[in-house]
Amino acid sequence: MNMRTPLGKVRGLGSAKEGTDHFWRQRLTAVASIPLTIFFVVFLAHYAGAPHAELIAALSNPFVAVTMGLMVVAGLVHMKIGMQVIIEDYVHAEGAKIALLMLNTFFTIAVGGLCLFAVLKIAFAG
Amino acid sequence: MTNVTRSRPLSPHLQIYKPIPTMIMSIMHRITGGALYFGTVLVAWWLIAAASGAAYYDWVNWLFGTFIGKVVLFGYTWALVHHLLGGIRHLAWDLGYGYEKHFATRMAKAMIVASATLTLVIWVVGYLAR
Repeated sequence: MNMRTPLGKVRGLGSAKEGTDHFWRQRLTAVASIPLTIFFVVFLAHYAGAPHAELIAALSNPFVAVTMGLMVVAGLVHMKIGMQVIIEDYVHAEGAKIALLMLNTFFTIAVGGLCLFAVLKIAFAG
Repeated sequence: MTNVTRSRPLSPHLQIYKPIPTMIMSIMHRITGGALYFGTVLVAWWLIAAASGAAYYDWVNWLFGTFIGKVVLFGYTWALVHHLLGGIRHLAWDLGYGYEKHFATRMAKAMIVASATLTLVIWVVGYLAR
């Protein structure tokens, strides 16, 4: 016997009320990360150890700055929801789980804030 | 309630299974993902250092240029490449391709060779193209 209401079936969001949102976001950011990661690794290998002025000149290029910013956003969203799954898989004590899930969000936002501030400051102010 | 939960039989865990390539690569995918999570601190540090001016940047640059710094950087980029290749494999599975077991095993074995080779190539080319 199916106990789901017609409205629940139509919404299709399941018991967590999120539907396929997590799955989809993981894939979306994964696909976005393919070209962005290739760009980032090549950029890193090329500019690791470069003099300050050279790196600043490279990061001041609008396309490089925007790509770097997008890489940070796509990467951070991807890793945040990925770490969420790891926490949910291995941490079963309710209090610790909620604390770690909060920390996960805080960590992501802190790293994102630092990276984006740096990218924008270099792009606008050098 | 707790007793009922505790006395339930548990399914066998990792240590009971013989490690096979697809299993090892699945674990590697999660480990590299977790490592990359904390690796973002290095990225933020590098970018903030660049934004802070030449004096601080030069110090961070020197630190990343030491032997340990180079090993960490190489390991970080290898983890990125490995997770990227593993992710592409996952996307293929999502689309319904690559489930045949011998093929899946070959792909799993190829992963480690491909990620190490690609990382080396990227660093060599990146270094030469300066």
